[in-house]
Amino acid sequence: MSVIVVLIGASLLVATGFLIAYLWAVKSGQYDDKYTPSVRILFDEEKKSEVRNKKSENMNRK
Amino acid sequence: MEQLEIIERKTDTKFYCFHCGDECPDDIIHIDEKIFCCNGCKTVYEILNGSNLCNYYSIDQNPGITRKHHIKRNYDFLNDADLKLKLIDYTDGKRTQITFDIPQMHCSSCIWILENLYKLNAGIISSKVNFLQKKIFISYSEETTSLKKIVELLDSIGYEPQLNLDNHKEENIKSLYKNLYYKIGIAGFCFGNIMLLSFPEYLSIDVTGHDELKKIFAYLNIILALPVFFYSASGYFISAWKGLKKKFVNIDVPLALGIAVLFFRSIIDIVFMHGAGYLDSLAGLVFFLLTGKLFQNKTYETLNFERNYKSYFPIAVTIQNGKNETTIPVEKLKIGDRLIIRNNELVPADSILIKGNAHIDYGFVTGESMPINRVNGEMIYAGGKQIGSAIEVETIKEVSQSYLTQLWNNKAFRKEQEHEQESRITSFANTVSKYFTAIVLLLAVIAALIWYNNMTLAFNAFTAVLIVACPCALALSTPFALGNTLRIFGRNKFYLKNTFIIEKLAAINSIVFDKTGTITENNSSSVVFTGDELNESEKVLVKSAVRNSTHPLSKAVFNFINSKITKNIDLYDEQTGKGIYAVIDGNEIKLGSKIFVNRAPKQFDDEYSTKVFLSINGAAKGYFNITNKYRNGLSETISELEHNYELALLSGDNEGEKEKLRNFFGADNELHFRQSPHNKLDFILQLQKNGKKVLMIGDGLNDAGALKQSDVGISISDNTNNFSPACDGILDSQSFSLLKDFIKFSTLSMRIIFSSFILSLVYNLIGLGFAFQGTLSPLIAAILMPLSSISAVVFTTVLTNVLAKRQGLI
Repeated sequence: MSVIVVLIGASLLVATGFLIAYLWAVKSGQYDDKYTPSVRILFDEEKKSEVRNKKSENMNRK
Repeated sequence: MEQLEIIERKTDTKFYCFHCGDECPDDIIHIDEKIFCCNGCKTVYEILNGSNLCNYYSIDQNPGITRKHHIKRNYDFLNDADLKLKLIDYTDGKRTQITFDIPQMHCSSCIWILENLYKLNAGIISSKVNFLQKKIFISYSEETTSLKKIVELLDSIGYEPQLNLDNHKEENIKSLYKNLYYKIGIAGFCFGNIMLLSFPEYLSIDVTGHDELKKIFAYLNIILALPVFFYSASGYFISAWKGLKKKFVNIDVPLALGIAVLFFRSIIDIVFMHGAGYLDSLAGLVFFLLTGKLFQNKTYETLNFERNYKSYFPIAVTIQNGKNETTIPVEKLKIGDRLIIRNNELVPADSILIKGNAHIDYGFVTGESMPINRVNGEMIYAGGKQIGSAIEVETIKEVSQSYLTQLWNNKAFRKEQEHEQESRITSFANTVSKYFTAIVLLLAVIAALIWYNNMTLAFNAFTAVLIVACPCALALSTPFALGNTLRIFGRNKFYLKNTFIIEKLAAINSIVFDKTGTITENNSSSVVFTGDELNESEKVLVKSAVRNSTHPLSKAVFNFINSKITKNIDLYDEQTGKGIYAVIDGNEIKLGSKIFVNRAPKQFDDEYSTKVFLSINGAAKGYFNITNKYRNGLSETISELEHNYELALLSGDNEGEKEKLRNFFGADNELHFRQSPHNKLDFILQLQKNGKKVLMIGDGLNDAGALKQSDVGISISDNTNNFSPACDGILDSQSFSLLKDFIKFSTLSMRIIFSSFILSLVYNLIGLGFAFQGTLSPLIAAILMPLSSISAVVFTTVLTNVLAKRQGLI
C-alpha cells in the first residue's frame, strides 16, 4: 500500500506544476485582456500575406 | 473583393466612402478607383497606402473613422515637460511608455492598424491594444520621435487619443482583480486535492490496518488547507475585523467565524482525535465564496463612472501671447490670460469676451437647449462651447474656481469614501448578519450547555453549530442574484457601477428627472411650420438660405425642409442673435426673430417656445416652431412610475414647455425650471432630509452634483463611450423606455435574495439537528455545505433569468 504514498506525492507534484503555470499566467497578464488576443491571432504576418497575394495574383493570371 | 463590392454598390447609384463607409455626397473624391466622402478620409487612405498598410481595408469592411467633422488640433502643448510627465507611464530618458485611451476603436482593423504603428513611425518600438478597454500601450524611442509626433500620427489616421490627466485609479482595481484570481486558483487547487484525499472517508473504506495511511492523508489535508485559510480566506478576516472595529457586524463576521471554527476544529480533530476533520468543507466553502465574489465583480471596462469635469475640459488651450499663439496646459492657465476659442471648443474658465461673435452652447452646463449670444465685455462661463468662428476671451477666474467647476468643491464630492462604506452597511446581507450572528452564537452556547456533563461532546456540539450555521448560502445568493441582474441590465444597455447599486435602486421611493437630454432627445427636434403653405420654389429658397448657417435652429429648419436642390446665394448676411438675410435669384429671404423679420405675427405668441420667423420679399410667411422631441416611451414610463414613486422634474431650461410637461407628469409632481447645478443638488438634499431615497436621472455636467448627492444617480447617454458625469449607472438612451422595468426588476432580485435566504435557513435547520446531537460527521458536513451553496447559486441564477424573461429583459 505504501506505493499509494508515492503516487499521491507524484500527483501532487504534477498538480502543483499546473497551479504554478496558472499563477504565472495570471501574473504575466494573460487574464487582463481576454478579447484582443483572439483577434490578434487571426492577423497574417505581413510577409506571408504579401506572398499569398502574389500567389493569388498568379493564380488569377493562369 | 473590395473592388467587386464597390462595383456592386455603384449600381444602386449611391456611393459609399471606401474609408469610412458613409454615403458620399454628389461631388466624389477619387483616387486609385476608390471613392471617398471627404478629403480627410482620402488623406488617411493615402497615408496608409504609402506605408503598404492597406491590409487595414481587407480585415473589416470600411473600417475607417469619418473625417468629415474632424477639427485639426494643435498639439504643441505636448512638448511641455510637466504635462508630458503626467501623461506617460514610464520613461528612462531613451525609451518611454505611454497608455492612450482611444474611444474610436471599434473593429479588428483598428486593432491591426494600431498594432502596426511602427510602420508609420520608426520611433515606435511597440504598440499593443486592449480592445475591451479601448486602450493602446505604446513604447517609443525618445531619440527618433516624440510624444507630440505620436499623438499627431494617431490623430492623422483617425484615432485621436483622449488625453486625460486623471486615469490612474484603474491600476488599483486591476491588482485587486489579480489577487482574486490568485486566491481562487489556490483555493480551487487545494479544494480538489483535499477532496481527493478525503475519498476514503466519503466511501467509508475500511482502513483498519492502514492507520499510517489515514494519518498521512489527514496531515496532507492540513498542509493543503493552510494556504486556503491564511491566504485565500484572508479577505474575510480582514473585512470582518474592520467591521467589528467600527462596531458593525457585516456579513463577513459570521463567515469568518465559520471558517475559523472549521479550521481549528479540524486541526484538533486530526491531531488529538484521529478524526478526518472538515477541511474539504472549508476549502470548498472558501472556493465558492471567492467564485461568488468574482461573479459579482463584473465591471464594464470601457465605461468610466468616475469622470469629473477634468475629463471634459481640454487639457490644453491656445493663448494669445503678444502676437503669437501658443498652446499651454490648462493647469497653467492664469487669470488674465487671453484665450483663443475655436469652433466647438470649450471655454475652460470663466472669462470675458474680448473679440469675435460669441455663440455659446451651454447645453452641457445648464441644460439650456439653445446657444446664447454674447457681445464684447460680457461674461462667458466655463463649460460653454463656442459654435461658429473663433473668439478671443480673457480669463477672470481660475479653472477650479469657475462657476461650474465649483460644484466639485461641494462636500458631496468629498465624501466619496464614506459613501462607499455606507453602501456596505445598507446591504441586505449585512442587515441580516447582525441578528444572524447573535442567534448562532446563542444556539452554540445552548448546544454546549445541553452536553455540559461531557466536555468532548459539548465542544463538538458548540463548534458544529457554528460550522453548520455559517451563512454561506446567504453570502452566495447575494453576489449571484445581483451579479446576474447586473448582467441582465448590461444586456439591455443599462450599465451599473457595482451590485450595491441594485440594492439601492430597489429601495428608492422618489425619482428626479433632468429635462434636456434626459427626457428630451439630444440633437433632434421637431419642427412645425405655421403660416401660409410654402410652395416648392419657396422651399428651395429657404433651404438654400439656412444651408450655410451653423446655428442649431438653422440646422433644424434645414433638416425639416425636404427639397433636394439648393441654389447658390447671391448675398448672405447672418446677424448673430437676430437671423439670416439672404438674396437668392433676386428674392429677399429673411429668417429669424420676430423683430428681425419685422412683421407682427397674426398668431398667438408665447415668449418661451423657439420660433423662427420667415419672410420672403418682405411678405410674412409664418414661422417654424422648433421644440424638443421627447424620448420614446416617456409617457408610459412616467405613468407607470407615478403609482409607486414621487416624481419631480428639474430643468435648467425656461418654462417654455411647462404645459406640455404637466401633461406627462400629472398635477401632483413638482416641476422646477431655471435650475442651476447648485439648485439641483440642494433639491436632492432637501428630499433626502425628508427621508426620501432619491433616484436622479440626468445627463450633463450640470447634473453632476445632483447625481452624486442622490442615493442612485443614473446618467443617460447617447454614446456610452463618451459623455457621462460621475454616476452610479449609465443608461443608453435607446433603453430609456425600459427604465421602469429596470427599477421593478431590482426590487424583484431583492425578493429572490430573500427567498434564497429562507431556503438556506432550511438547510441550516437540518444541519442544526445534527449539530445539537453532537453527531455532525465530516461526511454530512461535506454533503450539506456544498449542497446548500450550490442550491443557493442555482436557485438565484435560474430565478433571476426566469423573471427577466417574463419581464422581457432577455
